[in-house]
Amino acid sequence: MLTAVIALTLLALILGLLLGFASIKFKVEGDPIVDQIDKILPQTQCGQCSFAGCRPYAEAIAAGEVDINRCPPGGESTIQALADLLDVEPKPLDEECGVEKPKMLAVIDEQRCIGCTLCIQACPVDAILGAAKHMHTVIADECTGCELCLEPCPVDCIDMVEMTPNPNTWRWPDPSHVQLERGERV
Amino acid sequence: MTKTLGFFPGGLKLPGHKKRSTQTPIRKTPLAKRLTLPLQQHIGSAAIPIVEVGDKVLKGQQIARADGHVSVCLHAPSSGTIIAIEDHPIPHPSGLTAPCITIETDGEDNWVERHPVKDYRSLSTHEIRQIVRDAGIVGLGGAGFPSFIKLNPGVHHTVETLLLNGAECEPYISCDDMLMRERADGIIDGIEIMQYALRAREVILAIEDNKPQAISAMELALASRPHLQNTRLVVVPTRYPTGGEKQLIQVVTGKEVPSDGLPIDLGIVSHNMGTAYAVGRAIHHGEPLISRIVTVTGKDVPHAGNFETLFGTPISELLTYAETKREPDEAFILGGPMMGFSLSGDNLPVTKTANCILAGVDDVAPAQEPLPCIRCGDCASACPASLLPQQLYWHSRAKDFDQTRDYNLFDCIECGCCDYVCPSKIPLVSYFRFAKTEIMNQERERKKSDLARDRFETRQARLEREQREKEERQRQRKAALAASKAKKEQQEKAAETADADNKETE
Repeated sequence: MLTAVIALTLLALILGLLLGFASIKFKVEGDPIVDQIDKILPQTQCGQCSFAGCRPYAEAIAAGEVDINRCPPGGESTIQALADLLDVEPKPLDEECGVEKPKMLAVIDEQRCIGCTLCIQACPVDAILGAAKHMHTVIADECTGCELCLEPCPVDCIDMVEMTPNPNTWRWPDPSHVQLERGERV
Repeated sequence: MTKTLGFFPGGLKLPGHKKRSTQTPIRKTPLAKRLTLPLQQHIGSAAIPIVEVGDKVLKGQQIARADGHVSVCLHAPSSGTIIAIEDHPIPHPSGLTAPCITIETDGEDNWVERHPVKDYRSLSTHEIRQIVRDAGIVGLGGAGFPSFIKLNPGVHHTVETLLLNGAECEPYISCDDMLMRERADGIIDGIEIMQYALRAREVILAIEDNKPQAISAMELALASRPHLQNTRLVVVPTRYPTGGEKQLIQVVTGKEVPSDGLPIDLGIVSHNMGTAYAVGRAIHHGEPLISRIVTVTGKDVPHAGNFETLFGTPISELLTYAETKREPDEAFILGGPMMGFSLSGDNLPVTKTANCILAGVDDVAPAQEPLPCIRCGDCASACPASLLPQQLYWHSRAKDFDQTRDYNLFDCIECGCCDYVCPSKIPLVSYFRFAKTEIMNQERERKKSDLARDRFETRQARLEREQREKEERQRQRKAALAASKAKKEQQEKAAETADADNKETE
């Protein structure tokens, strides 16, 4: 009886120490599920989901506070990926947030720009170059097409243009769609 | 032949249709009035123009330089004036435009000063690669990979075998065949240089057995150079797609290139016969790559044949020169019937990778709407890469791209064997091409979103830091203000007491 008690106590002690050691040694920094969700989100930082950026939205999804269908730039494919990751049913995009659009790029009409720097302050990814009273321009490779620069511009000199593919980024059309367009049976 | 040949799984016996274009010797296409040269005719980054509109250029003069490592430069195919550097339609399945340099030729065809190398053995391998790079040479078999990279095995590899690919397995195409028949010596010149540059232990020339004349021409050329050690010609059976790099290696050496590996991992480097010829011209004659041999054939071409054509020549002019029966802007196929793609437009230029132009294919069944997949498995037995096309089709169609990767989509060489045998006429390769470009697009977007995340986080950190610094400054200013106020008060107090003292003394 006594030996059993002693043995079990010892065992509990050792295992407890082991667990305690493991929890310190293998401590996980941050929340991996948030990182995984954040990785799927398109990082436009546009705020259309009503959160201040992609990461806060990821955190809210991870906490189960919001639905996964609030990201218009990511569109259907992002919802699908989130549904796969979180093992929930995919839903259609929440129209409250916006509609899925083709990839856009902000372009500053340099003739009209007055150099007020308001768009520079609004850009979440520092993709606009310029200085006070000097013309501004968008670094095309770094623009995420979030449209946050449109609103602050006092002279309305920023346009969103659709990104046109070049031969290196061009994609073969979906054959099943091609047949549908021809009115053929799929 | 000392060794028995290996084989690759699948493949097809196809009617060759090559006789039509091998009846006449190689002809020179007349000089076009305008030559349009896309800046990107190779795999890698596009070349950067080093000329301006209005400049006079000579034949063979460099007009664009390589951008980065995986890139080659571009040369003027004839003398004339640069009249435009702008977007122009290019022979690409997308039908898009791309930056091109357009030259108006002056008809004089004046060469720039050439620098032939008398003895290539006096050059280091690095110098040879540099010449090959500066000559703008890319793989002329079809893919257009910069050749100088494949002449540099790197310090970790030794090259056992240099494999010269003269299989030319796709029906209708005969440009390598004719090149071997007529310019065998030129090819061997290039092979010698390649062997020297790679320090290859042995050289194997592989030619399909449906080209007896090319085989005898190459044998003759080889026999005239007894100093060539360890160089042999291997006749491989005619079977599509033997000319695929990995397939040919499997046939000739019996070794299989691993899925994510390169031939160099097996100690093998393979080059196309046309590329070898171009290397020979670059070293021995100082000529950059400015022309290639293009097969023009098909049932609408009564005078089919092979044409030595300057790059930039409009394909329509080439077709007219071959007396093709066609309406303006009628579609043609660039490449062979299996792997080529349909193009239309009369202003598309001949590029470095244009091996064949096909106008009218014989005995093809009229296009049929695809029927459902019946899972017969014919595609899997025809696949030379041992893939499961029906599974790939299923997942590509469902846009389940992760699954297509698991089924090794990127090992697909798009040879078209599965399309050919499919009894339901499903355009399988179209699905695979679609899935591949979608996956590549996803990768690009993922990279872009990673960059955006980085920039966003950096910006956030910067804003926070600025805020902190601002608060810190404010605090300091407040503290300084309070301190000076206290000091002033003290002084005033001191002054008051002093005044009082003075009054008292008075």
